[in-house]
Amino acid sequence: MKLLLKIWRQKDGSSKGKLVDYPIDGIEGDMSFLEMLDVLNQELIEKGDEPVVFDHDCREGICGSCSLMINGEPHGPDRLVTTCQLHMRRFNDGDTIVIEPFRATAFPVLKDLMVDRTAFDRIQQAGGYISVNTSGNTVDANAIPIDKHHADESFEAASCIGCGACVAACKNASAMLFTAAKVSQFALLPQGKVEAIDRVQNMVRQMDLEGFGNCTNTGACEVECPKGISLENIARMNREYLMATAKG
Amino acid sequence: MGILDSKVPSGPLADKWTKHKNEIDLVNPANKRNIDIIMVGTGLAGASAAATLAELGYNVKTFCYQDSPRRAHSIAAQGGINAAKNYQGDGDSPYRLFYDTIKGGDYRSREANVYRLAEESVNIIDQCVAQGVPFAREYGGLLDNRSFGGVLVSRTFYAKGQTGQQLLLGAYAAMNRQINRGKITSYTRHEMLDVVVVDGKARGIIARDLISGEIERHSAHAVVIASGGYGNVFYLSTNAMGSNVTAAWRVHKRGAFFANPCFTQIHPTCIPVSGDHQSKLTLMSESLRNDGRIWVPAKAEDAQAIREGKLKPTKIPEADRDYFLERRYPAFGNLVPRDVASRAAKERCDAGFGVNKTGEAVYLDFAAAIQRYGSEKALTSGIKNPDQATITKLGEEVVAAKYGNLFQMYEKIVDENPYKTPMMIYPAVHYTMGGLWVDYNLQTTIPGCFSTGEANFSDHGANRLGASALMQGLADGYFVLPYTIGNYLSDDIRTGPISTESEAFDTAEAQVRANLEKLLNAKGKHPVDYYHKKLGKIMWNKCGMSRNATELKEAIEEISALRADFYQNVRIPGGLDEMNTELEKAGRVADFLELGELFAKDALERNESCGGHFREEYQTPEGEALRDDKNFRYVSAWEYNGAPKDAKLHKEDLVFENVELKTRSYK
Repeated sequence: MKLLLKIWRQKDGSSKGKLVDYPIDGIEGDMSFLEMLDVLNQELIEKGDEPVVFDHDCREGICGSCSLMINGEPHGPDRLVTTCQLHMRRFNDGDTIVIEPFRATAFPVLKDLMVDRTAFDRIQQAGGYISVNTSGNTVDANAIPIDKHHADESFEAASCIGCGACVAACKNASAMLFTAAKVSQFALLPQGKVEAIDRVQNMVRQMDLEGFGNCTNTGACEVECPKGISLENIARMNREYLMATAKG
Repeated sequence: MGILDSKVPSGPLADKWTKHKNEIDLVNPANKRNIDIIMVGTGLAGASAAATLAELGYNVKTFCYQDSPRRAHSIAAQGGINAAKNYQGDGDSPYRLFYDTIKGGDYRSREANVYRLAEESVNIIDQCVAQGVPFAREYGGLLDNRSFGGVLVSRTFYAKGQTGQQLLLGAYAAMNRQINRGKITSYTRHEMLDVVVVDGKARGIIARDLISGEIERHSAHAVVIASGGYGNVFYLSTNAMGSNVTAAWRVHKRGAFFANPCFTQIHPTCIPVSGDHQSKLTLMSESLRNDGRIWVPAKAEDAQAIREGKLKPTKIPEADRDYFLERRYPAFGNLVPRDVASRAAKERCDAGFGVNKTGEAVYLDFAAAIQRYGSEKALTSGIKNPDQATITKLGEEVVAAKYGNLFQMYEKIVDENPYKTPMMIYPAVHYTMGGLWVDYNLQTTIPGCFSTGEANFSDHGANRLGASALMQGLADGYFVLPYTIGNYLSDDIRTGPISTESEAFDTAEAQVRANLEKLLNAKGKHPVDYYHKKLGKIMWNKCGMSRNATELKEAIEEISALRADFYQNVRIPGGLDEMNTELEKAGRVADFLELGELFAKDALERNESCGGHFREEYQTPEGEALRDDKNFRYVSAWEYNGAPKDAKLHKEDLVFENVELKTRSYK
């Protein structure tokens, strides 16, 4: 396969960036998208150029490191996969592929396609936990039965990988889906109810402080989420927030 | 050759840990506020320990190369976590878990450590549930269990195929709570490049900020290495791209002994290699062996026709299939331990029965499970006389609920529907049992330098059982290290802050800088990956699933030559004082090039077969591993002495007071 890549290059956070053309040949359908970029980078290094920098680690769709806007879509054209799980068989010989970083005020570019997503960590630090000590002196795990339906829903919410595709997909760069997933995980479990009021208020406050935009219910986040996190979580967080505000 | 003291407490096995906890020194809460601890790595073992230590009152600094602690590779663990809860009432107990782990490790692990692990396993589940980890549950609301390889009970707790993710996010949440309180300072996109030893004690690290390129000094009263395993020495493995041995190796070069480097786990069920461009291998969880049956064609001509694309596996009648694990190991069947399953698959493929283009794949087939579950589901749904299509549909739904994400992952990579066509799998490097030598307190041979999780060697002997890595990471982090480190730190309550302005820090920083400059100055012609791939090929071909003395000697020579070539001819664009991902990789590969040679040397020295270490010269007539307890019942702990070839061997004799050493049999 022969392709034309148009890749965002930016030296660092304070420099201006631009799209640069890279023709590439010999790409096979069995390669993952990131392996295709590996091929490009090996060629660049051999020519004495600097490789394209992008975040990646597990390459099996679970660590949430990889990102990339591929032809305008976070994680590319396939649904329910991360960029590292996207394979080149999805593209055709002669295609032009535009590759950009996730764009959001709260995700500043560090270099090329790599962005800073530590805003997500700070939202979690504001309340994404249950305040129990980890010394092990707690009740038996089966002391509190939990309805399977709720446990499964809690798991679905907890399967968020924190990649930021929801933010990149949103025209307002809102982090509602990300924040709502964590709020929901705990809201659905009896263990999480104790601190529910503080949790939702603190996490939402931090989310706003980080400069993420507002949610206008377009649903783009749900469509692009590689883990299929549902919009229901946002509705649940809104309810939790409303109740928290009412209870003061 | 020295003899190592494991500091295992005296007394009966079941009382050792409680007795030890009662006897060790404590640090009072006011003094803990004056003590700093550095944690390198934020996977299960690092994040859990960081959280607990901070809760206790210590000041913790965590370091990880990822952009967030949540991305450490524990996140990718799929199948589950063992605990001797005996919720299923199938006769489980801490002793049975201990026994299974010792036997599974082929009698090359330390009894007291393994018993402690089994004892603490029950706490982990209670703890995680209290933290809101959403484990799988039954309709009655209680926790569900499944089975893993090498055991005859159901003791594995899980969250679909994402157990590691859920446990790590739990530990990350506990860390976040302490970051919010100011008790943990988290340094992300930082890489530890050296440990600083002041007056014989680990007192800090040199780290590089991976964004700015700046080299930094950080001091503490103790340093904990929780940086995971070294499977990427093989280039292709199920590890993350960034997983590396650097932190552990640099500590080794400052005096910490490195134990059993040749004990590596090759996991039987991974997606086979598809081509030279391949950057990593993907695991298909061992939990799949609960329901999947492993087979190859019984006739060589069928295998050949499949390889040539002329025959579909679904067309091969039952009678012409060889379910080789069920045939060879009737008692455990498809659930034999990983080392046994991997070697059996290799044996069939080497004999010409492999089923993909390269001849290096076997089938993992769910057809029988789909029919079985479908029939049961039809019955419980009240469907009378269901037709075949209905049964299949219902069965596929049950299988999807259990393993959906794994099937989806497989389909994305291989472009085949595993509900309709059997999966193709082949063994791949997955976990390393070897690592930094630690005593019972998890302390390395450098005082004040500790190691937890996969980075240490302690609990899995020569082969790790499934769902035991998560157990060890969390037991070490939540329940063991926070106690044992206090015993060491109780001497430090009057020390006060450790200055970074000392000769030891100056020297360490200068050496780190010089090493990085040396790499940048090579200005050769090959990218770092060129060397990493070459190293991986040597390791896989000569130090992989089976080894022999001739090839191990060749490997030692080849790796040594490759290392010399690397320093001459590697090309790293960019500079030191900026983000430089190639420079990061180069530092890691440089360490792999040393470790790889020690690995081969260790495998050559161990003239026996045990667990994942299979020496062709030492096998039974049936091709099973032949241990030599008389001569090799010890831990090999290597002392750094310049070049890997000059490493000095120390031994820790393994004493078995509670378990009788037997030939491991799963027949």
